[in-house]
Amino acid sequence: MISLVVNGERHKVAAPAEAPLLWVLRDALHLTGTRFGCGRGLCGACTVLVDGRPVRSCQLPVGQVDGRAVATIEGLRRDPQAGTAFAALNAAWIALDVPQCGYCQSGQLISATALLMANSHPDDAAITAALDGNLCRCGTYRRIRAAIHRAAAALAGAHP
Amino acid sequence: MSGLSRRHFLVLAAVSGGGLAVGVAGRPAAARAGAANRLAPNPFVRVAADGTVTVVVKHLEMGQGVDTGLPVIVAEELCVPWSVVRVRQAPADAARYANLAFGKVQGTGGSTAMANSWRQLRLAAAAAREMLCQAGALRLGVPRAAVTARDGAVTHAATGRTLAYGQLVAAAAELPVPQDPPLKDPADFTLIGKEGAVGRSDSRVKSDGSAIFGLDIALPGLLTAVVARPPAFGAVLAHLDDRRAQSLPGVQAVFPIPSGVAVVADDTWSALAGRDALVLDWRDGPPAAGLSAADLSTGAIRDRFQALLAQPGRPARRDGDAEAALATAARRLTAVYEVPYLAHAPMEPLTCTVRLSSGRCEIWTGCQSQTADQAAAARAAGLAPTQVEINTLFAGGSFGRRANPTSDYVVEAVEIAKRADGPVRVMWTREDDIRGGYYRPFFLHGLEAGLDGAGRPVAWRHRLVGQSILAGTSRAATVKDGIDHTSVEGAADLPYAVPNLTVELHSPALPVPVLWWRSVGHSHTAFATECFLDELAAAAGADPVQFRRALLGDAHPRHRAVLDLAADKAGWGMPLPAGRGRGVAVHASFHSVVAEIAEVTVAADGGFTVDRVVCAVDCGLAVTPGIVRAQMEGGIVFGLSAALAGELTLDGGRVAQSNFHDYPVLRLSRMPDIEVHIVPSAAAPTGVGEPGVPPIAPAVANALFAATGRRVRRLPLGDRIQPI
Ligand code: FES
Ligand code: FES
Repeated sequence: MISLVVNGERHKVAAPAEAPLLWVLRDALHLTGTRFGCGRGLCGACTVLVDGRPVRSCQLPVGQVDGRAVATIEGLRRDPQAGTAFAALNAAWIALDVPQCGYCQSGQLISATALLMANSHPDDAAITAALDGNLCRCGTYRRIRAAIHRAAAALAGAHP
Repeated sequence: MSGLSRRHFLVLAAVSGGGLAVGVAGRPAAARAGAANRLAPNPFVRVAADGTVTVVVKHLEMGQGVDTGLPVIVAEELCVPWSVVRVRQAPADAARYANLAFGKVQGTGGSTAMANSWRQLRLAAAAAREMLCQAGALRLGVPRAAVTARDGAVTHAATGRTLAYGQLVAAAAELPVPQDPPLKDPADFTLIGKEGAVGRSDSRVKSDGSAIFGLDIALPGLLTAVVARPPAFGAVLAHLDDRRAQSLPGVQAVFPIPSGVAVVADDTWSALAGRDALVLDWRDGPPAAGLSAADLSTGAIRDRFQALLAQPGRPARRDGDAEAALATAARRLTAVYEVPYLAHAPMEPLTCTVRLSSGRCEIWTGCQSQTADQAAAARAAGLAPTQVEINTLFAGGSFGRRANPTSDYVVEAVEIAKRADGPVRVMWTREDDIRGGYYRPFFLHGLEAGLDGAGRPVAWRHRLVGQSILAGTSRAATVKDGIDHTSVEGAADLPYAVPNLTVELHSPALPVPVLWWRSVGHSHTAFATECFLDELAAAAGADPVQFRRALLGDAHPRHRAVLDLAADKAGWGMPLPAGRGRGVAVHASFHSVVAEIAEVTVAADGGFTVDRVVCAVDCGLAVTPGIVRAQMEGGIVFGLSAALAGELTLDGGRVAQSNFHDYPVLRLSRMPDIEVHIVPSAAAPTGVGEPGVPPIAPAVANALFAATGRRVRRLPLGDRIQPI
């Protein structure tokens, strides 16, 4: 049994220690907002926060997660550290109609949330650095960039 | 972790969110008499007693925006605010939901969704609006002409008395359905064509993780399967040792199926581990199409195609006498262009979930060809097509891959479900996807042109060599006189005035499965024709935009309009610093016309970047301008990914590439600035999903020429051009 704290809730799962966190989240905990895109750490679709930092869950054996706090797209809004940034990003994503097929967007939003938590006023270079590993086959990149700027501005307005 | 309730919840959520549309849609009006608490006059529109409007969408939402663009038409004609509109995905039912551009089959593709639904949905919504107005007038005791529809209500203009639609649905449902209802005057449109009037209906669920894709379906007892597929096209399984796989915890069963060896397990990780534990001995199969494995290498294929380029092919178009005009031309140019095999690589790998029970086959997938998939699944399951239910989910992209005449991934899932001990979801890994075939075909284009003394083209001969997509499929009948129109589209309809013009095709057979890939033939014909035309312009000493304008003449006003608009917005003709260049391409596809102008910077070592792309599109009336722009941007990104780095190579029938490290797609850091300009138009809407793709590769290649004087005639371009 492996003990996990996901979105603030403790779970015990019967999974081999080498099973990637991605499949434990999806198959055992039914948190399907975290997507599978490549299984090799190459696309970012499976990104989650582990102790507040973006991690490719397809590359993280669940045995290494023991005791660390995992946040997925489903829990971000309620997350004490990430919630404010995520809410602003989520609103900007909807306002700018960022998603197309939507499949990459959980990962994009998680990477963007981690960025805003570390840097409340990212410039274009900081956005590129933080999100360059999140592929979008539909080509939503321009709106992703615009939405991050919009969310940062909204947060700045909220907390002058 | 429990258990059943959570799973049931997910199933219900899946069905109500993106799943099956059920209910009275489409039943004749008489059948509902007396019991209606909603108005459902046709298969597409339902108005409920609470005033909400449900639009049944017959197309697959794969990112192109049909779940927004089509409902907007209904909201507009029905005169309701966007906020009351709900969207349902249609069930598989060709009688009600056929794609009018495809005939009698239901499916999505060819950038047809808006064009084929435009009039159908306007009429469907207008019929509902007329019935509501009629019911309102009756209740108010005034003539129909005295009331108007606005904001989800019927209003008596003279007195201001108003009845909400919801109050009228029961009465309206008793009325006959008008067959030819009046359509709204476009001058009165408040949603259609209006910038920012509506937000995408799917933005919310796609921004919080709750959107349901194929892999997210939960069913009681659901198993997961993966398939070990042949490592090379044509390879056959000589020996299978599954003892270790069978002994792994979680693995339920291992068995051969026509497409490989299936591993069925309790969960995904166990299935993947089981597949890794298989000991498989694959051997080269018997020669197919007269070819052995050694012939299935990129170099051998290129050599074979080169040899064909030297021979006349089947004529796809013949104007005048190109051979004679070439022989007497003042100047002759020749060039060979080459494009590689490409995988679609949608972000969501293929998945399909199947539940078989007696006399019933239920399927959940991002389905693009409901009628074909229904028939193929029925054959595989030994059922009638009406016994197959398809729940069309959101697709995480497709780009053509899910619309396969062979229904390969659906049939495979049914084959596995037949032997599995319960419902099963079949998952493709990225490696399965990249190596699984159904590629954009490898093509060679041999071009030869003659210019007269004034630099005007007098002869053009274009020979194409590449596999036919349609030959050997259920749609082979559309191949006429040996010409698969999907091979020559964009080449045989060259818009430029050249008096002596020949287009010829060779369609060699190869045991590499090929398929339509976003923009199909245009994805390679535009590269060859628009680059070669640029070569002619350079040879004639002419400006590339002016050269095109002159050859388009008055016969192609839409081409000229997008060319002029793009040139104007891009600052065409304004000087650029050394090392930078602009290139142009214009191309018509799917009844739309797009011009793109790319700007590149080339460093001293030949490394280059694409800095800016200006796009102008004429797609008729842009119903939702934001989605048109997104589709153009998306098409440019998709085309640029391929132009810069997309390539699959074969070695003895094996595909060398396997995942995003060696089949890269464009990242944020290489994203150019993109501007999209839409030509104002009142004409009926035409395609937008694909037409943004074809011009980008030639625009970039032409820009590299402008910057360096070097022609690149082979894709992908890479990230470096050899400096002169
Ligand atoms: S699925 Fe983990 S990075 Fe692609
Ligand atoms: S929205 Fe489709 S992959 Fe990003």
